[in-house]
Amino acid sequence: MTATADRAASALERYEAVIGIEIHCQLRTVSKMFCSCSTQYDGAPPNTHTCPTCLGLPGALPVMNKAAVEHVIATGLAIEGQIPARTQWERKNYFYPDLPKGYQISQYAIPLAAHGRLPIETSAGPFVVDITRAHLEEDTAKLAHGEAPSANGYRTTLVDFNRSGAPLMEIVTEPCIRTAEQARRYAEELQLLLRAIGVSDADMERGQMRVEANVSLRPRGTEPFGTRVEVKNMNSFRAVERAIAYEVDRQAAALDAGEPLTMETRGWDDGRQATYHMRSKETSEDYRYFPEPDLPPLRVDQAWIDGIRARVPELPAARRARYAATGITPYDAAVIVADPGMTLAFEAISAAGPDLPAKEVANFVTGPHARLAKAAGLNGRGTAGASDPESIAAILAAIASGRVGRPIGRDLLDRHLADGTPAADLLATVASTISDEGALLAHIDAVIAANPRAAADFRAGKPVVGFFVGQVMRATGGAADASRVTELVRQRLGTEA
Amino acid sequence: MAEELTQLLAHEMAARLRAGETTSREITAAHLARAHATDRGLHAWLTIDDGRALAEADAADAGLAAARAGGAEAVAALHPLHGIPVALKDLVSVKGGQCTAGSRILEGYRAPYDAHITERLRAAGAVILGKTNMDEFAMGSSCEHSAFGPTANPWDLERVPGGSSGGSAASVAAFQTPLSIGTDTGGSIRQPAALCGIVGMKPTYGRVSRYGIVAFASSLDQIGPFARDVRDASALLHAVSGRDERDSTSAPVPVPDDLVGLPSSDDEAASWLRGKRFGVPREYFVAGMDPGVETRIREAVAALEAAGAAVDEVSLPHTDYGLATYYIVAPAEASANLARYDGVRFGHSVRGGEDYLADYLATRGSGFGPEVKRRIMLGTYALSAGYYDAFYLKALKVRTLIKRDFDQLFDAGFDALVAPTSPDVAFRFGEKMADPVRMYLSDACTLPVNMAGLPGVSIPCGLSGGLPVGLQLIGPAWSEALLMRAARAYEGATAEAAWRRVLPPDLGRLADPAVPTPTERAAAR
Repeated sequence: MTATADRAASALERYEAVIGIEIHCQLRTVSKMFCSCSTQYDGAPPNTHTCPTCLGLPGALPVMNKAAVEHVIATGLAIEGQIPARTQWERKNYFYPDLPKGYQISQYAIPLAAHGRLPIETSAGPFVVDITRAHLEEDTAKLAHGEAPSANGYRTTLVDFNRSGAPLMEIVTEPCIRTAEQARRYAEELQLLLRAIGVSDADMERGQMRVEANVSLRPRGTEPFGTRVEVKNMNSFRAVERAIAYEVDRQAAALDAGEPLTMETRGWDDGRQATYHMRSKETSEDYRYFPEPDLPPLRVDQAWIDGIRARVPELPAARRARYAATGITPYDAAVIVADPGMTLAFEAISAAGPDLPAKEVANFVTGPHARLAKAAGLNGRGTAGASDPESIAAILAAIASGRVGRPIGRDLLDRHLADGTPAADLLATVASTISDEGALLAHIDAVIAANPRAAADFRAGKPVVGFFVGQVMRATGGAADASRVTELVRQRLGTEA
Repeated sequence: MAEELTQLLAHEMAARLRAGETTSREITAAHLARAHATDRGLHAWLTIDDGRALAEADAADAGLAAARAGGAEAVAALHPLHGIPVALKDLVSVKGGQCTAGSRILEGYRAPYDAHITERLRAAGAVILGKTNMDEFAMGSSCEHSAFGPTANPWDLERVPGGSSGGSAASVAAFQTPLSIGTDTGGSIRQPAALCGIVGMKPTYGRVSRYGIVAFASSLDQIGPFARDVRDASALLHAVSGRDERDSTSAPVPVPDDLVGLPSSDDEAASWLRGKRFGVPREYFVAGMDPGVETRIREAVAALEAAGAAVDEVSLPHTDYGLATYYIVAPAEASANLARYDGVRFGHSVRGGEDYLADYLATRGSGFGPEVKRRIMLGTYALSAGYYDAFYLKALKVRTLIKRDFDQLFDAGFDALVAPTSPDVAFRFGEKMADPVRMYLSDACTLPVNMAGLPGVSIPCGLSGGLPVGLQLIGPAWSEALLMRAARAYEGATAEAAWRRVLPPDLGRLADPAVPTPTERAAAR
């Protein structure tokens, strides 16, 4: 735990933190929310993905992107939320250069999903985050502020409208979160969920998932909310946890010192590991919401919802439970499910070797395979580099059955991962395990004869079986079943006595 | 010859075109020449694009020649507007052309795309002459709120043409173009049509796509035609109607072919009236209306009855709330629609202030005129926290009641309603500028129709004090074909009326190169 987190923990003995999280996610769609401009503008020159509609030109009109609506409904279903039979679009009015129409088309009165929940696991045990609403709106343009005044003496701000009008989902929790860790875990679990259902890439560093926290403190045992501070600019999960912990600590210190807190928006400075004042929120802005007259109300019938529900895949929580039920540890299940690549590989290898012990697959997927996947990426079969699930399954099966010893098996896996040599070819190069008991005993007897001191140690009760087994495995070039060798070593040392 | 072409109706021009007696280039050139020669005193136009218009005319002539080579069927398949000039209100986007909406704040803005109706007109083979003057952002009933100076009425150059589509109406009345496009949010097509003595129709909300039309009040704006007779207006409506995927409020309702099949014979047209049932809403004869207007409307009603129609007095009980309701809903929507004019991306821009807000205030403060600012303030207020329920939400409820009034009458079997279009004839420059509410009352008989989303057409029905009076026909949703049929029937039944032979008396003065401009006239008052 960091020093900041330590201080926050002690502050939490006296104060209860009340935290609500707002997350904006860019949705994964082909086109923008209300026009046909492409959303593949990452890295494109400024203002190349624009049209009259997303530039807010006179006379341009919005047309709803149905896929984006379905993404929010899918999210709503995944968080067990309620989907209204009818909703509408509203205009949120405010002036800013990144908002070309002077209003944002959003949803106010009736969100596309409401009253959801997301269970998470924390170091203190399971916790359920209550989600107030998830609604759909359009993203703003991106501003680039000039550092120094330009030749004409003005400070220049440039606007890139490529992002303008991209579909954005806003998910708001109840003020039910009590710790920075819960907040981080919620954000992580939500990212996992959004990726699992394929509605968002939700990459925080690329701004596809933007987390804001409302943080206030109240003395333990009291009900009324304290003064709320909004925290922004948290660009990683770690930043979310640290910024909130910092803010809890800062507010606690202020309260202890009798200093008043003010309603404000603070930013997280990752370099200084501190929040800083951005702007006051003394007066709440009046956005003058009213129904968007350019778009008819949106009716959501049950058949549409059912169709979307049928396409929602297995959710992370269910997947973790299913994996854990196969005998792997809950920790491994969480590690695999948290990583789409590992999940894919785990599924592919398990499918290729249905009788394999899950633990064997999990160890491989989280170990050597993960290292290669990180370097080489996954192929179309769901495994790393040039490898294929069938070969991996075959080698793992050979190890599990004792047909090849574990060190040799690991070597075979490495060779398969390196160049994709089929398992059959690799296994053919290895002498199959010495199953002839007589031959094995000859090796064992030779090893015992060559190591009389170790034999004496064994008889004196010292734990040296492993030494003998290792020597025998080396002598056989690994072509022996280690557990059988262990048994035989014990027998031979015993009978000699 | 050239001057004579401008005196024809559009369908007469089309007949000559098809008969090979003239070309689209001749027709277009004649109108361009007349528009240039007569617009000093009228100021109906903000831009006239001779080069593009003539190029489009040549293309239309080539298209006709190609169709001729394809045989009679190919010629018959051409739209009635093929090769015919049209003027557009200066809030319709035409790629590459200016589009000011009558506002300083859009000075210098050139639309990078075509409006849906621009595409439709091109597809029909029509020739776009240029863009016409209007009240700024279509907010006004006199064209006096144009940032580029007012337009005059060809019936009396001391008077307004009505608004907001004043330039479109005046240009048609002055024979500068046979056809023009306007928009109608509270009466902005029908009222100027009435004041200029021509035909103007506001279609059912959703009939014509608003894509590419500078928005005033999105839930009320509709695009419609001006012409000197019903058949021409109907053909223009036909050309621009229909579902457009880019306007989510445009309805997937088929465009009736009847719009281009109205009877040419007056007697045949009038005979349609037999057995039809009209209602005359008593609330539309408002206190303070011009007695001459009321007389003409009563005479028109009598003419309908004489032609065999049954006419009953009816009631639209929530009419009185129309004005108040409209002046909450329309400004509320406008306050958001006009937020995009911030000087950041296009048009008028004042920069160099302390911060964004300073630049916004300077840009909008100097770019918008007083009426636009008034309505932005009205709308912003109506939507503000604490007032929303009392104003905007309440207005939406009353709007439903206004619509229900109409529905009940149409459900009861009335084919259409007959009413005055405007309580007044054309008024003098400045007469209503000092009192916004008096100006707003010009639309008392038209704006309930927008609130209900219904189609309404204004047709000439005589003169009062030498100035035109408009008769308004209002129908149920999607009844444009029936309304145009009814309007044509009235036209047929009154074909021989003496007032139909009267031309705008000030047409002659427009040819005088020294005639005062409307701005000069307005300033002199």
